[in-house]
This record gives sequence, C-alpha cells and structure tokens, in this order.
Amino acid sequence: MKSAVLVFPGSNREGDVARALHMVSGVKPAMVWHADTALPQGTDLVVLPGGFSYGDYLRCGAIAARAPIMEAVRAHAARGGLVLGICNGFQILCESGLLPGVLVRNARLRFICREALLKVERNDTPFTRRYARGAIVRYPVAHGEGNYTADATTLKRLEEEGRVLFRYVMPDGHRDDAQVLNGAANSIAGIVSEKLNVLGLMPHPENHVDPLVGPTDGRALFESLVGALEKA
Amino acid sequence: MIPSEPKITPELVAEHGLKPDEYERILTLIGREPTFTELGIFSAMWNEHCSYKSSRLHLRGLPTKAPWVIQGPGENAGVIDIGDGKAAVFKMESHNHPSYIEPYQGAGTGVGGILRDVFTMGARPIAALNALRFGDPKHPRTRHLVAGVVAGIGGYGNSFGVPTVGGLVGFHTRYDGNNLVNAMAVGLADADKIFYAKATGVGLPVVYLGSKTGRDGIHGATMASAEFGEGAEEKRPTVQVGDPFAEKLLLEACLEIMEAGCVVAIQDMGAAGLTCSAVEMGAKGDLGIELDLDKLPCRETGMSAYEMMLSESQERMLMVIAPGKEEQAEAIFLKWGLDFAIVGYTTDTLRFVVRHKGEIKADLPIKELGDEAPLYDRPWVETPKQQRIDPAALDITATLPGALERLIGSPDFASKRWIWEQYDHLILNNTVQRPGGDAAVVRVEDGPKGLAMTCDVTPRYCEADPFEGGKQAVAEAWRNITAVGARPLALTDNLNFGNPEKPEIMGQLVGCLRGIAAAALELDFPVVSGNVSLYNETNGRGILPTPTIGGVGVLDDIAKMATLDFKANGETILVLGATTGWLGQSAFLSEILDREDGAPPPVDLALERKTGDLVRGLINDGLVTAVHDVSDGGLLVALTEMALASGIGANLAAPPPDMNPFAFWFGEDQARYIVTVESSAKALVLRRAELAGIPVAKLGTTGGDRLHIAGERPIVVDALRERHEAWLPIYMGAGLM
Repeated sequence: MKSAVLVFPGSNREGDVARALHMVSGVKPAMVWHADTALPQGTDLVVLPGGFSYGDYLRCGAIAARAPIMEAVRAHAARGGLVLGICNGFQILCESGLLPGVLVRNARLRFICREALLKVERNDTPFTRRYARGAIVRYPVAHGEGNYTADATTLKRLEEEGRVLFRYVMPDGHRDDAQVLNGAANSIAGIVSEKLNVLGLMPHPENHVDPLVGPTDGRALFESLVGALEKA
Repeated sequence: MIPSEPKITPELVAEHGLKPDEYERILTLIGREPTFTELGIFSAMWNEHCSYKSSRLHLRGLPTKAPWVIQGPGENAGVIDIGDGKAAVFKMESHNHPSYIEPYQGAGTGVGGILRDVFTMGARPIAALNALRFGDPKHPRTRHLVAGVVAGIGGYGNSFGVPTVGGLVGFHTRYDGNNLVNAMAVGLADADKIFYAKATGVGLPVVYLGSKTGRDGIHGATMASAEFGEGAEEKRPTVQVGDPFAEKLLLEACLEIMEAGCVVAIQDMGAAGLTCSAVEMGAKGDLGIELDLDKLPCRETGMSAYEMMLSESQERMLMVIAPGKEEQAEAIFLKWGLDFAIVGYTTDTLRFVVRHKGEIKADLPIKELGDEAPLYDRPWVETPKQQRIDPAALDITATLPGALERLIGSPDFASKRWIWEQYDHLILNNTVQRPGGDAAVVRVEDGPKGLAMTCDVTPRYCEADPFEGGKQAVAEAWRNITAVGARPLALTDNLNFGNPEKPEIMGQLVGCLRGIAAAALELDFPVVSGNVSLYNETNGRGILPTPTIGGVGVLDDIAKMATLDFKANGETILVLGATTGWLGQSAFLSEILDREDGAPPPVDLALERKTGDLVRGLINDGLVTAVHDVSDGGLLVALTEMALASGIGANLAAPPPDMNPFAFWFGEDQARYIVTVESSAKALVLRRAELAGIPVAKLGTTGGDRLHIAGERPIVVDALRERHEAWLPIYMGAGLM
C-alpha cells in the first residue's frame, strides 16, 4: 500500500497518522508538502491529517482547500483513489467540495477531547471492512469545530444513500441527537463520498491503535484500508 | 537625542518602575543621563521579572547539580539526561498578571512562552502541564477567569499540537484579585544536540526570525513586576496577543535549521523582547551586539526604537547564524512563511549598541546590564509557628460519610474534567497516563521508556509554615512521580508570592526556598529551571505563598507503570507510611470546619525517601496492583479517588480505637501511599515493608459498588461520582447558559 500524508502549515496530527499507517501496513507513508503539485507516483491512499491548517484562520479548512496540492487530490479522488480526511482533514474535504456539508463550532462552543463511542453503520466500504456491521467502537475526539451540518436535502440524501459511515452513539448503542457531544446533525461523525472512496471523519482512529497507549479500536480502520488495497 | 523623545524626569523614571536609587545606579554605571530608549532598556532588564533582584540572593541556596543534570538554571530551560542518548528539557513559568487582565490571551501566551523556551534549546515539546489558582468561586470575576484561562491554554496548546497532560487547579479567596497561571512544558532532545543562548564568534550575523514586531506587550515585564490596584483591567494593552499557528511554524523552522547546523546561539524573545534576548546572547558569550533597527520586520509603521526594543510581540526568535549558513537558514524560514532578517552583528566591544534611522539610540555596557542589576537583601521576618491541632478539641458535628460527600464535591476536590477535556491530551499518541492520575506519563518515542510529570504545591501549608510547605511541595511532586513507578530526576519551580518589599512576604519566600532546597537535596531531586513571580497583590493583599513545583521522572518500562484505579474485587488495601491523624491545615479543617489553622504536617525527608523507594520497588517488581499517593484530603479521599477511577468499592475497617476517626481518615500525614495487593503477594509486600522499616497497615478489601467503613453508613460509588463530577460543569454552566 502506498500512502501519502499531506502536510499543511499548521497540520499537527500528521505524525500520529503516519505512525499508525506504518504500524499497521509496515510501510512508512510519504509526507507531501502542501505547496507540491503532484502526489508521489502510484499513491493508493491520500490522508489529510488533523491539526489547524493555516491556524484555522478565515474558516477551518478553507485556506487548505485551496492549497496547490489539492488539485492533485481532487484528481486522485475522481479516479476513484482512496482519500481519508481526519478532523481538520474532514473540514478541508468539505471546504474543497469533495464531501458535502460543513463542520461548525461545537454546540457548547468549547474544544472537546475525550473518547467517543461510534457506530460503524456499514462494513462494505474500503474503510470499514474489518469491522462488523453495527459495531460500536471507541475513538477519541479532539476538536473545537466538529459539529457537522448540512441542508435538509443533503442530510436526507446522505441518509438515503447510506453515506453516514460513523455515527456518535450513547453507551447503549442508540443515537441521541439531543445529547451528541458536539451537536452534529443526525449524530454524524463520518461520511463517505458517493463512490465510497472518500471518507471524512471527525474522531481520531490513529490515536487508538497502540495497546501501550490505550484502546486499539482504530486499528481495524487502517487494516481495512490495507486489505482493500492488497486485494486491488 | 531627537526632540520628540520625552525628557528624562523623576516622574518618567518612576513610570518605568525604577526606584530613585536604581536610577542613581544607572547614572553611575554609564556616566551620563540615559536616552529615552536606554531608560526603557534598563527598565526592561532591571525589573523584578527579568533581574530576580529580590529573589536572586536566596535562589543561590537551591541544589542544582546531579550527575544527570546537563543544564541547570540560567538557560531557557533545564536539561536532564534520561538515558539512551536522550534528554528531557523542561521549565515552568508564570503568566499571572496578564491572565488576570486578559485571561484568554494572557494564558495562551503563557503557554506559547514556555513552549518557546523548550524548543529554543533544540527540543521538540512532548507535553504541557499547568497549575492554576483562582479566587473564591463566589467572587464575581472567578467564573470569567476560569473560562478564559482554560480556553486560552487549550486554544494555544491544541493548535500548536502539544498534549496538555496534567496539572492542578485550586480555588481560594486569596487569589481573588491575582489568579495564577503557571505553565510547564517538557521537551525531548538528543542529549548531545542542545542549543544555548551563549553567542560565540565576532562579526557573525544576528538574525531575527518569526512573527513581525508590533506594539503589543510593551512594558509587559514591568507590569508583571508591580502590584495591582483599582483599574488593573486598564493595563490590557500591556498583554500580548498569541498566534499558535505562527508558533507551530516557528517550531518546525527552528528545529529544521538547527538540524541543518546553521545555529550558533539562539534565544527566544520572551519577557522584555528584543532587549533581553540580545543582551543575554551577547553577555553570556562575552561579546558585544550591534543592532540596526531599520532592518527589523515590523507589523506597524512609525515604530520608534523605544517601542521596538520593548515590544513583547510573540513568536519571535533571535539567533546567531554560523558563518556561510545565512542563505540556507533563510530558505528554510521562507519555506515556512516566516520572517527572516539580519538585524545586527556580534562585536568584540562588549557594548550593546542600537541604531535607528542613522542615530545611535542606545550604547550601553552589555555585561553590566545584566550583572550590575540591583540585588536586594530585603528584610524579612520568619512566619510565626502555629500549634499542632488536637483532634479531641475539635467540635465536629459532621458524620464521616457526610464529610466525605462534601469534600469530594467541593471546588478543590471536584473533578476537573470540564477543564482537561478542553485540552487535547492525546495528540502525539504517547499519552500513557491521561489526566486524573498521580502523574502524567508520556512515552518517549516508541518506548519502552516514559517520562512522568506532575505539578504540586499546597499553599495553605506554605502560608502556615513556609519551610515545611516548601519541603512538602517538593516531596509531593517526588511522591506523585514515584506513585506511577518512575524515578524522580529533577524539578522546575515557579515561585508565586506577594510584595517582597514587605518583610512578612519576603519571609515566606525565604522560608519556602529553604524548604525546597532541603527537600531537593535530601531527595536527590535538583532544581534545573524556574521562574519567580512577585507582587501578586491587589490593594495590599497578597496571594497565599505558592511555590509550584513541576517534577519530572523517568520510567524505564511503561508496561510496568502503576495507576490508581482499583483493579479487582477482593484485593487487600494497605497504607504504607505512618498515620498519626495530622489535621492542621487539612482540607477537612478548611472545608468542613471552615478553619485554616494549626501547624501543617511536617515532612520527614529521610522517611519520605525510604517509603518512596519501597513503593517504586514494589511497582517495578509487579507486586502491587494499584498505587495512589495520599495527599490533601487524607486516606478517605485517596481511597475514594481509587474507587471513582475504577467503579469498584471497598470495605474498610474501623480506625484504631485510640484515634479520632476524622483525624484517621482525613489527616494529612506525609510520606504515605495506598496500594492494593493480590492475596498471593500480600505476605511478600508486608515483608518488604518490614525490611525497609516502613509502617504498614491494612485498611480493608476492595469490592462491591460502595465504600463502606465498618459501623458507618455505606456510600454508593456512583453517587460519589455524581457529586464529584457535578460541581465544575454546574458552576461554569450557570454563567454561560
């Protein structure tokens, strides 16, 4: 698997996701600078990491979405290539039009770092094939602007097309939109593109891969990607 | 002199925070009247914050050496060898005054400043901690300060990308007009690649890096060296504005040019900005520095030399670049989108010369600016000793369970989750022990080593007996590091006190420093960096003496780390160390009986060390399943914290008949740890304690869903958790919703 992790000025979880990819796939990803205009030859997976690209100034993800490298990412996605945007990466994917909707400030207006319970809504995607359908997993969140929102038509479409891949749930496995930690519409934590090749995800699977540090629920997401790419 | 610059008058001198005799000293030193810019430079170099003029004499008594100390106090941060060619670089620094005036920016730039201190030494920051003290929750400003300070710390650290892994938060009416924000950062470097401020080589370029210079923060250090009176909020323009994004870029760019071998000397522009950084680089290297301010990257037009020299704009660095490396260094900085300008040169004149628009604005002897700063042996009086409290003489109407319920939900003991959840404590994926334990533990690279770190001090103890309080702060930090299984290596101290011109306050400072020195020496826990914050007074009323201790230790194998949560039902609960029922200055006395008096618990340092060494050995040999130090709140609060962390209750025996039960359960005797052991290990643990000569007592057995002291009303753990978790969100919510 050849993966590339983008580095924008202000990215800060690029090391975490690179480490997770290395740990699970055995291969170190290429680190690609935002000012570059091409991805390394043969890139299978592009990761947009967490952080505060360009300081989150203007609007989170808005400046990064216009970085030189993003043209290549759009072309990669259009070819059906895999793209994973985590946290700030998700915000950038929304701002760049690769995913619908937007991430706004958390409902309680505070940054929040804690473990969140998520339901894996389907396992027939390259990102989730190693999870059971409906599995409840624990990933940490660490964001100030993770409150997913979109117009009613878009939300309806996402639901109808089964494009909500991860949803925040209560300990009993049910979703409670009134209590969701950041206020996200329909308790949405992660959505995929129509062709299922672009995932935007607020929580951080890359921080739950190492048994020495904590839970390992995030590992299967990276294992799914390795599996999907080996098969391909 | 250009005519537009103000004439030097006694009033102007006073406005610069310089006393008449200090001005006389300037006249003697330079043999003429200073220019306006020079007066500004002196005020920046000779204020309390930069010169340590009241504390320097007494700081000399601190032990600062050990075989593992690479760099002690005097640099941007302390450096210790942690083995395998790696060094830990750390320091704690206060941003008290600015955080009161403008909490978000004040706290944020406090974090920014301490991170810069660490990466200036060539280390990548791997963890941040903070010790916060706020006024009475009922004070009208407290809620606003908590919200702003916490958001400011999170806003800076989260964006910069360092995990904020631990700290402490306390409330007391004595901080009503002076909250404390003590920020600590820990970095990791190669032990043979540490960078220093000392410049070497004549005629080398002095380079300015980072953000542009603006008018923010002018006289910030002078403001931080004065008391507050009415209208403190009007000092807002002296508070700097932080840009964590710029700092993140500065970090990456600095580490990159260090790696490329471009850097001879480096100093961040913190308090007193360009003045302090340039003078330090020159003075430490026995070199002169000439600056040409026409080259300085400025954010605003028309800035005067005076303003440029005193600006405390953030995210700036000064470096001496190696010969022939200018272009390479510049390319790296431009890649990161940061300013890079050669603003001067090193000279062999030992003069600090500042030029602007063709004029010499300052020409001062560089070494004397620092070395000849006033040094005061201020008069001080010893704090009168208080009597030991006799528990039998106390009029206690509370019940044990009732007192515990109140304590665990009180502001000082209530869960601080609402705060630490606003800090990204997981980034970098190395946080092995998250907030809520005795010490935070952060993995070193891919392991197996880890660094344990903590912040501690009990201001009530320091107020009642500065010497014992100083000792206790060090001992508690040492104990917390031990309680996770790590070897304590060194500490940083952040000394927060009132006005040192008052002999009582000076007595607190002297007493605490002596206590810190005694404990640091006995526990082999040297002081490698620190910061002094004085004049924490409003309208003549000082804070509680608060010498915050930040400790760092090393854990050889994180797989052996201990945590405080009960692990299973049916395990034996032991307390190691002697329980005498010491209630003086205890949380019980303060919260339940509303009195803060009596002598604080004394610390027997030899016993502290013996007990800690025993516990660390038990942890490393895998003989104990949970470990928690016993600090304020005593045994029952410690046991409750172990139950809350696990959801497992405990059945506890009644205390010895000869002891007052409140004194037994809530007394704050030092050098104690609670451990749990499996039945198979019990005999061996008891034997090891006996061999070490450490008293050990069985408290009870883990199990069930409640805490039950024989003969008392059982309390459901979940009900305690509700109280524990409720206070802070409700308190903060009441002001926000």
